[in-house]
Amino acid sequence: MTDYKMHLLICGGTGCKAAESDEIKKSLKNWIDELGLEDDVQVVFTGCFGFCEKGPIVKVMPDNTFYVNVKPDDAEEIVKEHLLKGRPVQRLLYTDPVSKKAISDSKGMNFYKKQLRIALRNCGFINPESIDEYISRDGYMALGKCLGELTPDETIKEIKDSGLRGRGGGGFPTGLKWEITRNVESDEKYVVCNADEGDPGAFMDRSILEGDPHSVIEAMAICGYCIGAENGLVYIRAEYPLAIERLKIALNQAREYGLLGEDILGTGFNFEIDIRLGAGAFVCGEETALIHSMEGLRGEPTFKPPFPSVSGYLGKPTNVNNVETFANIPVILNKGASWFSKIGTEKSKGTKVFALAGKINNVGLIEVPMGTTLREVIYDIGGGIKDGKGFKSVQTGGPSGGCLTKDFLDTPIDYDNLIKAGSMMGSGGMIVMDEDDCMVSIAKFYLEFTLEESCGKCSPCRIGNKRLHEILENITNGNGKEEDLERLKLLSNVIKDTSLCGLGQSSPNPVLSTILNFEDEYLAHVNEGKCPAGQCKALLKYEIIEDLCTGCTLCFRNCPVGAITGERRQPHYIDQSLCIKCGVCYEKCKFNAIRLS
Amino acid sequence: MDPVQSLVKGLADKYGRTRESLLPVMQGVVQQEKYLSEYSMVEIAREMDIPASDVYGTATFYSFLETQPAGKFIIRVCKTITCAMKGKNQILFSIQDMLKIKVGETTPDNRFTLLETNCLGWCHKAPAMLINDEVYTDLTPEKIREILSGYIKKSI
Repeated sequence: MTDYKMHLLICGGTGCKAAESDEIKKSLKNWIDELGLEDDVQVVFTGCFGFCEKGPIVKVMPDNTFYVNVKPDDAEEIVKEHLLKGRPVQRLLYTDPVSKKAISDSKGMNFYKKQLRIALRNCGFINPESIDEYISRDGYMALGKCLGELTPDETIKEIKDSGLRGRGGGGFPTGLKWEITRNVESDEKYVVCNADEGDPGAFMDRSILEGDPHSVIEAMAICGYCIGAENGLVYIRAEYPLAIERLKIALNQAREYGLLGEDILGTGFNFEIDIRLGAGAFVCGEETALIHSMEGLRGEPTFKPPFPSVSGYLGKPTNVNNVETFANIPVILNKGASWFSKIGTEKSKGTKVFALAGKINNVGLIEVPMGTTLREVIYDIGGGIKDGKGFKSVQTGGPSGGCLTKDFLDTPIDYDNLIKAGSMMGSGGMIVMDEDDCMVSIAKFYLEFTLEESCGKCSPCRIGNKRLHEILENITNGNGKEEDLERLKLLSNVIKDTSLCGLGQSSPNPVLSTILNFEDEYLAHVNEGKCPAGQCKALLKYEIIEDLCTGCTLCFRNCPVGAITGERRQPHYIDQSLCIKCGVCYEKCKFNAIRLS
Repeated sequence: MDPVQSLVKGLADKYGRTRESLLPVMQGVVQQEKYLSEYSMVEIAREMDIPASDVYGTATFYSFLETQPAGKFIIRVCKTITCAMKGKNQILFSIQDMLKIKVGETTPDNRFTLLETNCLGWCHKAPAMLINDEVYTDLTPEKIREILSGYIKKSI
């Protein structure tokens, strides 16, 4: 990247692409060509910057100016003012929500200040479709170092010393897993990358594959070298078309450069990677189910042991790691285990990527050292709760995790603390809820998800979760009884104790943690027939306040089921027998004339 | 050889005829035909020498392997928690209203199929949907009208 004086980095993540970043690139290029700057300025697409809330984002290097919410029409001003005259376009800069000051350098933004990017190091800095840019940022150096200088055992020792634990949720020490797989005798072994990310609220694996696919490829090759495998497989969800495309491009480039294939870097080491597409089954994120799916079978889990490290794909020893885990490997080998193990807490080393979503100001991907508190994540990086509302809960760990209250805001986040708090790390999804969210409904939502994604093999998961869901359904419909709470707890514990795989064993967690932390809300539903958050539709109705209704007909026109009647300029009425309580009228009304009761 | 037979044969030649190739072959058929008909499943079974019941059993396990006839454009609306919190229902209503079909149905002209799906990984840009391989995020009823009008024009 030395030939150009300036670089314009445009976020090419799907989020920003959907918001016209293609148009912006075209428009910037046109203006640059028109003003004859094409030899000095390069315009490139990069992976996701993580700050999706304010996309599309354009970054100007080397001065690190960070433009947010850019529109194609802004290109002219950026090129003429900033590139030509060196004056940043003030109105496109990010404004700090607290100090109201415009911040030009992204390093000054709270969102980035507390972050430490290891797995996401290249996301947003390089063009993910260019292997040269990856190489220019120390890419494939770790692979070269392993093949040239380190024995497999030395490499594994380095990973073990770093303290890296699996980032997919389980938290199993990565180095140990590699060592176990290495020590099993077999004529053939496999490296598998688990990119079947399906946790509601988690999207870091997608972003890494879209923003920095080579880091995963490099790490898989290193893993292959360590455990003695010549074949790698990436099992990726069919729901991620852009990630699949970028990965395919990256694989082809790596082959062209001789970094995959036969006799890599002249060392005699062979390694090849294939892509296997998932087909929409969450349970395939469980490693035994994933392996069965790759074998062409139904993606049902099987009992462990034998662990995949001993008997996996086609019965051969198979090392399964998650995308984020792999993305950490090259950095650990380049910077050393002692550097990595200094970051984080005693038992959880390094950083963790979290996906912030829900009722929080800055949604998107963040990466922080283990041990950062939830308060720092939600308030400092996340910018607090949307619309100035009160924080109620944060759900971590997806359908296997739990909902934490404000009492846990100062808990340092690591694998063990989250489990102690009744949740889990999971793959790192964090869904923030405010005072308007009903925790009973939230628990019901997660169960709906589990119900649908349960493979049906073992009965505690298949039938037990169905019964749990029915009880919750009754509660949210206003037909619950107080003894239902006890029944929920009892049944949840049976499901946890007796299910076959991780999906079933953790599926009651959202129920248990909401009962534990928000029992009063459950009691309000069953004893008083009330939903304190005003979410359970069966327990409330929409009404038009006659005195405030101006008869503007906006609600009438937007009602999807024709439940609203009334003459123009006359108060309107909602027919409760037709109303499906979708809330459109409530949102559309400009006069606050619709109330919930 | 009819088109389905030659499609299956071509895919089996490309991916192989062992059990591991079953998913790629089925995905290839779905890509071309939009769904796995009983006939195509029997053909896959014959070509790959796998019991037809096994092919059916595997196909029905995966939600992206349709076994019901589907339209040219398959709309998959994310129904998972963040999208639901951010108004997925309104999105569904406006699609249903515009295409006059319910979830799980296909328009009579075989152009659109409407389905719900689990997390698409766009929780920070909710609500989201997929139309075939295209992702659409930050949806509003207005945006739906715009996007679908585009597809309606495209498919004429």
